[in-house]
Amino acid sequence: MASEARPRLAVYKFASCDGCQLALLNLEDELLSLVGEVEIAYFLEASSATLPGPYDVALVEGSVTTAEDVERIRGIRKDAKYLITIGACATTGGIQALRNWKDVDEFIRLVYARPEYIHTLKDSTPISSHVAVDFELNGCPINKAQALEVLTALLQGRAPHLPPHAVCVECKRHGTVCVTVAQGIACLGPLTHAGCGALCPAFNRGCYGCFGPMADPNPDSLTAHLLDIGVPRGHIIRLLRGFTGYADTFRAASEKLEKVAQ
Amino acid sequence: MSPSLPRVSASVAMPKASLQQVFDNLRAAGYMLVGPTVRDGAIVLEEVDGLDDLPLGWTDEQRPGHYRLTKTRDNHYFDYGVGPHSWKEFLHPSRLPLFSVEKNNGNWTIRPAQEPPPRYAFVGVRACDLAAIAIQDRVLIGSEFRDPHYAARREQVFVLAVNCSQANSTCFCASMKTGPKATGGFDLALTELPDIFLAEIGSEAGSEALGDVPWEAATAFDLGRASRVIQRAERQNGRQMQTDDLPDLLYENLEHPRWDEVATRCLSCANCTLVCPTCFCTTVEDVGNLRGTSAERIRIADSCFNRDFSHVHGGNIRPSIRSRYRQWLTHKLASWIDQFGTSGCVGCGRCITWCPVGIEITEEVNAIRAKAAK
Repeated sequence: MASEARPRLAVYKFASCDGCQLALLNLEDELLSLVGEVEIAYFLEASSATLPGPYDVALVEGSVTTAEDVERIRGIRKDAKYLITIGACATTGGIQALRNWKDVDEFIRLVYARPEYIHTLKDSTPISSHVAVDFELNGCPINKAQALEVLTALLQGRAPHLPPHAVCVECKRHGTVCVTVAQGIACLGPLTHAGCGALCPAFNRGCYGCFGPMADPNPDSLTAHLLDIGVPRGHIIRLLRGFTGYADTFRAASEKLEKVAQ
Repeated sequence: MSPSLPRVSASVAMPKASLQQVFDNLRAAGYMLVGPTVRDGAIVLEEVDGLDDLPLGWTDEQRPGHYRLTKTRDNHYFDYGVGPHSWKEFLHPSRLPLFSVEKNNGNWTIRPAQEPPPRYAFVGVRACDLAAIAIQDRVLIGSEFRDPHYAARREQVFVLAVNCSQANSTCFCASMKTGPKATGGFDLALTELPDIFLAEIGSEAGSEALGDVPWEAATAFDLGRASRVIQRAERQNGRQMQTDDLPDLLYENLEHPRWDEVATRCLSCANCTLVCPTCFCTTVEDVGNLRGTSAERIRIADSCFNRDFSHVHGGNIRPSIRSRYRQWLTHKLASWIDQFGTSGCVGCGRCITWCPVGIEITEEVNAIRAKAAK
């Protein structure tokens, strides 16, 4: 893609907290060289000045939660050569996918004084449920170095290097002591895609699974072991139903635990 | 005060507090001290300044997938088993910048990463870990293909070994014939007794490290006490690895149903390989800038349990957890012998303790043996 004309980049937001877009803006040191290499044509979080499509690359944050979202993502797909989803919401449905296990109409009746103003879908779904996605960048939020790697790879016409192994590998490379083995803390690290640098275990917390499932996870073994060492079933279900709880692996694992409990 | 230094291979008694003098001597000789210290609920290996950093009065309780620190009534410095870290982090670092490249006026300049490695003094190396270092010596610098980064660290290391005074349920050094007594490969080897350290001098450097230390020749009484401490650790070995039928047992059972069974428990998380003191696999990562005008190559620890590790042209040669676990176990205990003339296992038990779901290497081999193909 490296040519005289800079590739045109667009950044979109769906149901999300904007944290992944902020991670892009947090590139700080690299931001100037980035605008030297790509033309940021549409990025409302950064600038209200926008340029019309089509775009070479669309980065999409957030999940699909309304009928309007469904239409909008189709338009974005048509307008973009490469569509890359960024973050847990866009790649798995996000924390708001907790609604997928509940009755949304009941929430609306309980929460809003005028429920008739609220128009929403019953579930929160990843972008890939609606349109073809060229690449998914995991994380809640995304790791800015990984975001830069994806853009660099795209500019250089190579595959991005984002190893799909467990968070455990990052803990061990940093010398972090395993919180499950040494403290009995429930941790999703052995199931979770690396990328965050194993942040939480370095602060004596279990992994919350923000980066979604790793390649070939084995959730049945981990959940059986956590039950064995006395972690309450409800706690494991809640842990699995975090920021990427609707990702296939975590979803199947939490539903299995729930079924056994009933 | 002893006027002279003890001779090599002598055993001497020294007051416990004078270990600080040994540390000071080593630091004065230009060494960075790395030793055991308590952090985040475990005894880890980090830079230590003095005796105060050592895990005085702490011990550990280890079972498959379980590690806890507890206080002891004895005020011993070294009353614990091997922890989550091993010395390979210092000799064969899990992250090592190799070189950087930069493009100027169409020409590439290559700059090796030339940070000179520290001169390490390892404090508290156990017999199983001495065996592990000897294995990595064979693998990484024992043939015509030498790892210069390992060699640079290894050649200047000072080894202060400590004989184990206790063993854990996950230990099987006795059956691997690697411990619990340090029999070579050290500059100094200590045995901790309630009132003194007994020090065996392993080299001239070890002797010189005792400068200004008030040592006395060890008495038969002291030697007897030390020997009983080590015998106790040997008796406490919580498990055994039967090795007389290896490697053939594993080669003849590559389709054993146990591989399917262990694959239902194995998380393929790579913890076992990363805590193993002999596993040595690495990969390289290239980190380039946006414009493609500069890049850095970094070597990082890898594992045969990572799916990408066995991705080659055309696909993945070990696509299942079953195939990856089998690869690890058969390499560690069988093909390692064919490849390097020694087992890859030293019986330290780290892979058992630090497996998040407590898979036991000894138990897996036993299960294969119990229903082995004839």
